[in-house]
Amino acid sequence: MSTRTRPRYGLSALAIALFAVVFLVPFAFILLTAAKTQQDAALLRFSWPADWAFVQNLREVVEARDYLLIIAFINSTILTVASVAVVVVLAAMAAFVLQRRQGRWTSGLNLVILSGLVIPPAVVPTIWVLQKTGLFKTMPGLILVEIAYAMAFCVLLFQAFIAGIPRELDEAAVIDGAGPVGLFFRVVFPLLRPIIVTVVVVQSVFVWNDFAGPLYFLPGDQNATVQLTLFTFQGTYTNAYHLLFMDILLVTIPPLVMFVIFQRQIVSGMIAGSVKG
Amino acid sequence: MVMTRVAAVEAKPTEAGGKRKSPYPYWFLLPGGLVFAVFFLVPSLLAFWFSLTRWTLFDQEFIGLDNYAQFFREPALASGLWHTVVYAGVTSGLKVVLGMALAVLLTGPILGRAFLRSVAFFPVLVSTIGVGLTFQVLMHPTRGVINQALDLVGISGPAWLVDPQWALLSVALVDVWQGVGLATVICMAGILSIPGDYFEAARVDGAGAWQRFRTITLPLARPAIVSVIILSLIGGLRKFDLIWAMTKGGPGFTSDVMASVVYKQYQAGFYGLSTAGNVVLFLLVILIVLPLFRFFNRREDR
Repeated sequence: MSTRTRPRYGLSALAIALFAVVFLVPFAFILLTAAKTQQDAALLRFSWPADWAFVQNLREVVEARDYLLIIAFINSTILTVASVAVVVVLAAMAAFVLQRRQGRWTSGLNLVILSGLVIPPAVVPTIWVLQKTGLFKTMPGLILVEIAYAMAFCVLLFQAFIAGIPRELDEAAVIDGAGPVGLFFRVVFPLLRPIIVTVVVVQSVFVWNDFAGPLYFLPGDQNATVQLTLFTFQGTYTNAYHLLFMDILLVTIPPLVMFVIFQRQIVSGMIAGSVKG
Repeated sequence: MVMTRVAAVEAKPTEAGGKRKSPYPYWFLLPGGLVFAVFFLVPSLLAFWFSLTRWTLFDQEFIGLDNYAQFFREPALASGLWHTVVYAGVTSGLKVVLGMALAVLLTGPILGRAFLRSVAFFPVLVSTIGVGLTFQVLMHPTRGVINQALDLVGISGPAWLVDPQWALLSVALVDVWQGVGLATVICMAGILSIPGDYFEAARVDGAGAWQRFRTITLPLARPAIVSVIILSLIGGLRKFDLIWAMTKGGPGFTSDVMASVVYKQYQAGFYGLSTAGNVVLFLLVILIVLPLFRFFNRREDR
């Protein structure tokens, strides 16, 4: 926009100070409280820890309730990796055919897919379906539900990207004797790399942070995912703010790592997803 | 034209005895479509039937519209509908206004742009439950950091989450805090897609900053603004996790929204009633979002 004008130093300083207070203080609060002793943390102050108990809190959180947090991290990792890996392949396949065969049929399907972004999922009937298929309270059941919920977003992102791949490429591959499966997996799929990275990163963060899904479809302590562990420290360990915030800190680290490495892909993916929807 | 090209490819005899085969077979849609249908579409359609029944895990009884009647009769349930609309309206409105303001700031002559954008965007990726529980502590009526800070400048802050008047609004403000970064980057993309010459020409013609914003930025960044409004409306209407983490619908029912009502009725074992709530929420989303969608798209065509 107005790149030619001189930067406004006063405004910049003000903006940086304001953003730091509004957006960074809550994170600093999490970090500091996670390092405090129980009594110190219970004061709820935004202050430097009187005594550092970071390592001790870390150990206590991990050991709490028979290493529940470790189990939850394993569960969340399985859920995230499995659902994202499957949805990427299935959504890319569907998007490929939907984009290449444009007609009344496929545009109707696109409308149905779009509904997946708008309609709030019907929870109890979903539980009924899971019960009838014997998948209620099982990890595979929850994985399938997460795939279904992620499908719309992923198909739309893939379609937009595939539109930019010239059809001549398909034709050349077909003339060279590639069948549909070979054409898709050996020629087209490798070209989708940039959008696959985006989809994987954005969906991983979504699934990792999902709370309602595990709450409804995978209840039970042994099945806890990381988001559900946050409530265990609030409920059974009332006043254990040092543990609660240590837990929040640990749960926030994976998205933070993703953000640091893939910031560009995450931001562009979310913008593309929003403009499509 | 597309059809003829596909036909040309299809006309090539394939190994299957000259039978025509498209390189884009419909069965590619099958695996993804099946999962989507079984775990999303079918439950969504079944919801209409289940909402007309009294339903425990073991048996089902058709009771017509009784669930809906009960829903609208009990103030604790019906008020959730109104709260949902307020919540979605407040969050969506604030996100679009603040997002646009921040986007103008961050596309302007300012230092540390990348840093500011990252800082504002990061909360979008953080666990909503984590954010909710953190702000629950920060918003403690007496000892909380927010009210302590307000005291320093001589303002006595409200009791936030424990004040029935403020509870819903407090959660909405935290929602805005978490989501404004996404609104900002969408608006920034909209503003950056406007050719810089337009602003230059307007400046040469003597247009002030406000005039440039109103006559160039606002109309040309319109698709981005529409996206933010619709996206945050849909998100706001469906919100559950943040409200559950911060207030569980309380105090009383003053911050209960449709999604939390659905969960509470499910927990209490009223499956039919819970599903009726789900259908009401579904209709609410459609009733609010569809006309907006139409309205904005028509205006864009002109």
